[in-house]
Parts: sequence; C-alpha cells; structure tokens
Amino acid sequence: MNPILMAIILVTAIGLIGAVILVAASIFMYVPVDERVEQITAVLPGANCGACGCAGCADYAKNVVENGAPVNKCVPGGAAVAAKVAAVMGVEAGASVPQKAVVACSGTCGKTSKKYEFEGIKTCQSVKGLYGGDGACTFGCLGYGDCTRACPFDAIHVVDGVAKVDREKCVGCGACAAACPNHIISIIPEPVKNPKRPRPVVLCQNKNKGADTRKACTAGCIGCMKCAKACKLGAITVENFLAHIDQEKCVGCYLCVKECPMQVIHIPANEA
Amino acid sequence: MIKQLAVIFFTMILVDNYVLSKFLGICPFLGVSKKLDSAVGMSLAVVFVMVMATAATWPIQTFLLDPNGMGYLQTIVFILIIAILVQLLENFLKKFIPALYRSLGVYLPLITTNCTILGVTILNIDNEYNFIESIVCAAGAGLGFLVAMVLFSGVRRRVEQARPPECFKGLPITLVAAAMTSLSFMGFGGIVDAIFG
Repeated sequence: MNPILMAIILVTAIGLIGAVILVAASIFMYVPVDERVEQITAVLPGANCGACGCAGCADYAKNVVENGAPVNKCVPGGAAVAAKVAAVMGVEAGASVPQKAVVACSGTCGKTSKKYEFEGIKTCQSVKGLYGGDGACTFGCLGYGDCTRACPFDAIHVVDGVAKVDREKCVGCGACAAACPNHIISIIPEPVKNPKRPRPVVLCQNKNKGADTRKACTAGCIGCMKCAKACKLGAITVENFLAHIDQEKCVGCYLCVKECPMQVIHIPANEA
Repeated sequence: MIKQLAVIFFTMILVDNYVLSKFLGICPFLGVSKKLDSAVGMSLAVVFVMVMATAATWPIQTFLLDPNGMGYLQTIVFILIIAILVQLLENFLKKFIPALYRSLGVYLPLITTNCTILGVTILNIDNEYNFIESIVCAAGAGLGFLVAMVLFSGVRRRVEQARPPECFKGLPITLVAAAMTSLSFMGFGGIVDAIFG
C-alpha cells in the first residue's frame, strides 16, 4: 500500500478513535455544574480582591451556590452586585454597607521628622524592622507604600509622607489594612443612617504620653481628654493616651473636632 | 534489574534533569515558579501526565508504528495521543477524583502541549528502554521537574528581594538565576554512576 496513504489513514484513525473516546467520556463522565455559579461569576466585579474571604470571584460564586454563603459579601460590588447575586439565587439581598479605608495618621512631612536616613529596600515592612521605622513617631504611617502595592484598585497613595485614600476608588476590601505593618489602616463603614453628618475619626495611633507624642509630631493625639469631656454621648474613650471614637454611638455633632487642640480629629468623608 | 531501574530513576532526577540539563519545559519553569504552591501543583500534574503519557505512547510506538515502518510519524502521533490523554484524564478526574482535580486545577490542561512530556516519551523510545524502564524514567523525569521547580521558586524569592541593576530587572535576572541553578546541577554529573556503579 502507498506509504503516504497509510500514514494519513493511521493518523486519521487515531484522531477519530480519540474523538470517539473523548465524546463518550464527556457523556459518561458528565459532572453537572450548577449554572447559577456561572451567572453569579458573571455579575461579580471580577477584581478577585478577596474581600469576601474567598480565593476569588469564581470561588465566592461557588460558595454562594454550594455552601449558602451570604449574597452581600462582595465589598467592591456593594449593594448593586448584592442585589444581582440575590436575584440569581432568588433570595433577599440584605443590607450591604459600603466601607472605606481610613489611614489613622496625620503626620505629614512638615509635622513630623525622620530619625535616620533609611537606605534599605524601600518597603514599610523592612523599614519597620529597623528601630520601628525611620520616623520620629513609631506608630504612624511609614510612607513606603506597602498599601499602594497591595491595593488592587489603585486607591491609596503616599502623599506628603502619609498614605492617602482615594475615596472615589476605594471599595473597602481591606488589602491595604492587611499590608500595613503598623496596622494604622482601618475599614470604616460609611454612615447609612445620617449620610449628611459623617462620623469623625481620630487620625493618630500614637500611644505614648502626651509630651513624647508632641516631641515626635505636631499632629498627634496627646490624650488630653478634651474631646472625651466635650462629647455628650460618651462616644469617645481615651486609652493609652489615644482617643477613640465609637462609630456606633457617634451622631456627628463635631464638638470633638472643634475642641481638639492638636486638630487630629478629622472627618474623612468630607476630605475626599 | 532493580539496580538498573534505580540508576535510571536517579539519573533522570539529578544528572539528566529535564529542565536544568536538557532545557525542556523552560516555559512553565519560568512562568509558574513564582510561588511555591503553584510550582508544586504544576509539577505534580507533570509527574502524573508524564507517567500516563509514557504508558500510552510506548505500546503505540512498539506495536503499531515500528512494525509498520512508520516511526517517522512518532512526533505527530505522540502529540495527538498526549492531547487526547490529558483531556480524558481531566474528565476522569473531574468525575471520580474531584479532590485531585481541584488541587491540580488549571495546570492539567496547561501541560497538554508541554514539551517535557513529549520529550520524555520520545527519548524513552530513542534510548530503547523497555516498558518498565520507560515508566520509571518518566516518573524520575517528573520528579526531576518537581525538584527543579521547587528549588527555583526558592531562588526567585531571593531574587525578588534583591535589587539588581535597572536593566536586569524582571526576566533578565530570572534567566541569569536559572542559568546558575542549571550550572549547579552540573555538579551532579557522574554521582549516580559513582553510587550504584
């Protein structure tokens, strides 16, 4: 027989046999995939940020369908996506509170100083390992942008030595909060009850005594208790020379903002 | 017999390492070695498919192609067989061993066209190994791939920490690091013969 013909027949035969086997296999070994998983994956933002606690958007969709995970866990998508996911699943969406990251440090370049020149790898993590950072205040923003690199939405940047959140872009996924070695970034829910009076936040993490704080930074909380006394609702507590505002109790009267001698209590929502 | 198999097995891992000595499968070696867990996942999929592909292609070469004088069709037939096999394997794992399917994940279809798999199957024929020797050789080659991937993912972590000159950043420094890792494996030359011989 003609060898060329023989070769063509052989390869065709192998291909055909393989095709038959594969078709048979896909019929006999068919695994039913819940089509809702694909529908949910389609409505999710696809950022794979992990704010929901799953490995990615597809994983979250699978969790919703198979393990009954809550439909409103997608932080970047917010209420709109929660409603779409709920529609696919045929359940009520539940409230989805938008959240934003807040950097609790006001120590910009003019207000605090460096205690040494750092010449190592330019990350917060590594500078933190050397005497708690190169800033005079060891609690504040290190300014080497670990949060910027962690942010999947390009929403946080180091401006004037302190990380600043772009509240338009921020979705509150918490990637920056996890990356910050000083743990000064917190994820704070947007005020839903009274959106016109957003809650103030103490933008300082310095737990040293007032005099030491003042030496390190001119924009630090010195624990003078003025805000705690001014607050009529008892929403402010001072612990370790650092004021903390309970976001649940606060109604946004801004008495503390006026009272603070260091001007360290800010209203992040108004500063965007 | 056992001794000969052991020689083949360890030679494939250390001396004739497919990635570092024969320079096959460089694409996944550079592409998937950034993280240790994905490197291990990919390597396990390679071990698995290498053994299966050898088990499928050796009989075809020996009983179908060689008797009919069509050894020249080896490459195309092997590619076909490996592609079919991987697809079949994927279906099979999805249905019967979902845990393994999930852990291998996307790496299984990725290695359909991996040249190390084809390389192992063809070199087994070229070396005139019998069936058992071919299987052992394939397993050794797969484990060699695993060793190379795991070692190199460690090397890459160190490279990422370092600050190379601007022009070396990214792929160039990775290639230099790969070359050094490969050089270090030259030190294994003759070690297997010395142990077993």
